[in-house]
Amino acid sequence: MSTTQLLAPNVTAQHWADPSHPDDRPFIRKYVFATDHKTIGNQFMFMSLFFLLVGGALAMMIRWQLGWPGQPMPGGGILPETMAPGGILLPEFYNSLVTMHGTFMIFFAIMPLLVGMFGNWLIPLHVGASDMAFPRLNMMSFWTAVPAGFIMLASFVVEGGAAGAGWTAYPPLSAVPEYSGVSTGQQLWCVSLVILGFSSLMGAVNYVTTIVNMRAPGMTWLRLPLPVWALFITAILILLAMPILAGALIMLLFDQTIGTTFFLPETGGQPLLWQHLFWYFGHPEVYILILPAMGIASEVIANGSRKPIFGYPAMVGAIVAIAFLGWIVWGHHMFQSGMNPLLGSSFMLSTMVIAVPSAIKVFNWLGTIWRGDIHFHTPMLNALAFVGMFVIGGLSGVFMASTPVDIYIHDTYFIVAHIHYVLFGGSLFAIFAGIYFWFPKFFGRMLNPTLGKIHFGLTFVFYNLVFFPMHNLGLGGMMRRIYDPTQYGFLEPLQPMNTFVSVFALALGVSQLVFFFNILWSLWRGQKAPHNPWRANSLEWGLASPPPHGNFEAMPAVYRGPYEYSYPGRDEDFWPQNEPPGGEPVRAPTGGAPVPEGVPQ
Amino acid sequence: MPEPASTFGAGIDSIYYIILWITGAIFVLVETALIVFIVRYRHREGRVAAYTHGSKKAEIVWTVIPFLLVLFIVYASNDIWLQVKRADQDGAAPADALPLRVVAKQFEWNVTYPGPDGALDTADDFIKRNQLHVPIGRAIRIDLGSEDVIHSFFLPDFRVKQDAVPGMTIPVWFEANRTGEFPMACAELCGLGHYRMRASLTVHEADDFDRWQAEEIASAGVPASSGDIDAERAEDSEIIEEEDSA
Repeated sequence: MSTTQLLAPNVTAQHWADPSHPDDRPFIRKYVFATDHKTIGNQFMFMSLFFLLVGGALAMMIRWQLGWPGQPMPGGGILPETMAPGGILLPEFYNSLVTMHGTFMIFFAIMPLLVGMFGNWLIPLHVGASDMAFPRLNMMSFWTAVPAGFIMLASFVVEGGAAGAGWTAYPPLSAVPEYSGVSTGQQLWCVSLVILGFSSLMGAVNYVTTIVNMRAPGMTWLRLPLPVWALFITAILILLAMPILAGALIMLLFDQTIGTTFFLPETGGQPLLWQHLFWYFGHPEVYILILPAMGIASEVIANGSRKPIFGYPAMVGAIVAIAFLGWIVWGHHMFQSGMNPLLGSSFMLSTMVIAVPSAIKVFNWLGTIWRGDIHFHTPMLNALAFVGMFVIGGLSGVFMASTPVDIYIHDTYFIVAHIHYVLFGGSLFAIFAGIYFWFPKFFGRMLNPTLGKIHFGLTFVFYNLVFFPMHNLGLGGMMRRIYDPTQYGFLEPLQPMNTFVSVFALALGVSQLVFFFNILWSLWRGQKAPHNPWRANSLEWGLASPPPHGNFEAMPAVYRGPYEYSYPGRDEDFWPQNEPPGGEPVRAPTGGAPVPEGVPQ
Repeated sequence: MPEPASTFGAGIDSIYYIILWITGAIFVLVETALIVFIVRYRHREGRVAAYTHGSKKAEIVWTVIPFLLVLFIVYASNDIWLQVKRADQDGAAPADALPLRVVAKQFEWNVTYPGPDGALDTADDFIKRNQLHVPIGRAIRIDLGSEDVIHSFFLPDFRVKQDAVPGMTIPVWFEANRTGEFPMACAELCGLGHYRMRASLTVHEADDFDRWQAEEIASAGVPASSGDIDAERAEDSEIIEEEDSA
């Protein structure tokens, strides 16, 4: 990409792909320090899937300890004495495991998959642009995330081990090494997340600018595919939330290193200040982790049902409403924190109201499949599972939002069950759906559908056997983040259920290898992907798989919304966004990008 | 959930069951609809999907109904919440409550009892580690604090959970309505010994509690010196005692 794109979309300065000029970028510019959004999306995919594996491995160790407390872990002998002497996990290492499992999954797996990978893959293609607005910034966003991830990973091998104060890092535990036994690891945790925050900000600036400025002629706001809407709102949340996290992290780092006491009470600091700052970031973060998933699910469900999305304006409105309400609900994480109980009442109201736009989305998905012509391709299976699981995660949220009920279930496994129904049952199933759906577009090969269905079936069954019983564990009173539940007499009767959960957690972990194998195998051996394997409408499906550098040969023109499936009277049950009303897509001469005549602006 | 052992436990459970019924009904309806639609509208040869962009009427219905439902849940929950937190009394426990002080530290709970005079910070105070003893049928007021990190005071059977935050004294109250021995746990990650920061709560009959208290004071010998936490306060109260006796 040679030109910086600060220009409006209908100015002809975009660098359009020109098939007469072969792509002559050197290897390093093409695959390593690439500025092409598609390559950066692929890079985010490989990075995040790596950290998904890391986070999953940590989860396996957690479940081993909870299922068989104090028993030597098979293969645990390779861990150093400071983590697991004789394969038996130490309590301090267990605290690091729960902390780092949450941290890796949230910040280095789910968030970069949804925002980094899908944001890069989809935004320019969906809006009809040749690349992101700031391709070099985009490159920097990825190459900032990588060191952040490796700093986090490196904290396992520093003295004292990795951070062990939970992914929420409540001070004073996180601020004073004497309390946690972790010093360097806890500092690296802060440093890594500050760096990652910069990566997210660079990405978000790009997304907002690209979506606002670089939509192709005819791509009006209400013709945007829903993933773009979701990513647009998500990017705005990131722009507003990440600086708050960074500020809080730097204050915590100062408390750890240079003797400030922002969060330490001895000299007038306030531990609850951290919680307010963290959750003021943290609750919008929850929506950063689910809104893009909702967008992807909407896209796949409309495609799989061969029907227009039901209630498009309501879907957009619900995304905006969730994002707005997301700013005024953070106190629901703090009902039992010592915050004024009357504040609890108002946070309960705002939290409950968020259930309304969430319900609107669910009903609209149901409305979309209603009277559809449902094709059960692998993406569709995962998207339908997303809807089914998100319903459970949403409904269990109502229990915690109710302040009196939260007294009992706060900080128990009920919360663990809820967050996994939203982040695994919700976000991760949508991520699977999206990867199965768009992998062919970006790698030119289909993922194997048989392996895909096996992976889906195993994951769906094991996932529910793992996480549904956690509701019961929580209702039985089992606290989060405890190393050995058998220490408590009242939790003894729950131990068989813990073992049950662990058995299927290990099975769930192993079944993911099918997915990773499918990706690696299909990259080289998969069936060659046609342009439009799912007979979908958005602009990318009119391009080669993978699309050339610069994407479109000429400025695409957009004539309709992205969900015009099964339009009466047409031979095909889909209708590409850029197909002119009367026939074949107009292709402008290559080289320039004149706006085709008669395109609605 | 264990059977509630506090006066407000049943109220908290009632709102839990209300939510369980409402969300349970929605769960069954939505998941059934999902499965029915998936089966009914699966692709078969010649099937054509309906071409529709939605329905304003449907949108209004499924916006208004959930809104009314959550408002009802908020209303019902808030009622119980304000009762439990005694918001109309500014969070103060009932006037005749037995005052106790619970101070958490890694990884134990230290309970200060007021002794026979029923007032804290007097000479007859005594401290027990990891043992909370209370009489049945009398409100208990606990001043909850922490010496080091955040802990969470969790009595599962009593539906009591409150974070103990260093630098703050947070009032907690409850009234037991069953005798027996109950678990007490830390619910907030507080360090490597978090998982074993357990204690017990014993609920006595009223006269039995007085007998237990008398035995404790007798066996401890000198009251108020059995722990170092309130050493300063104990010294203060000794001075007051000297003045009184003079």
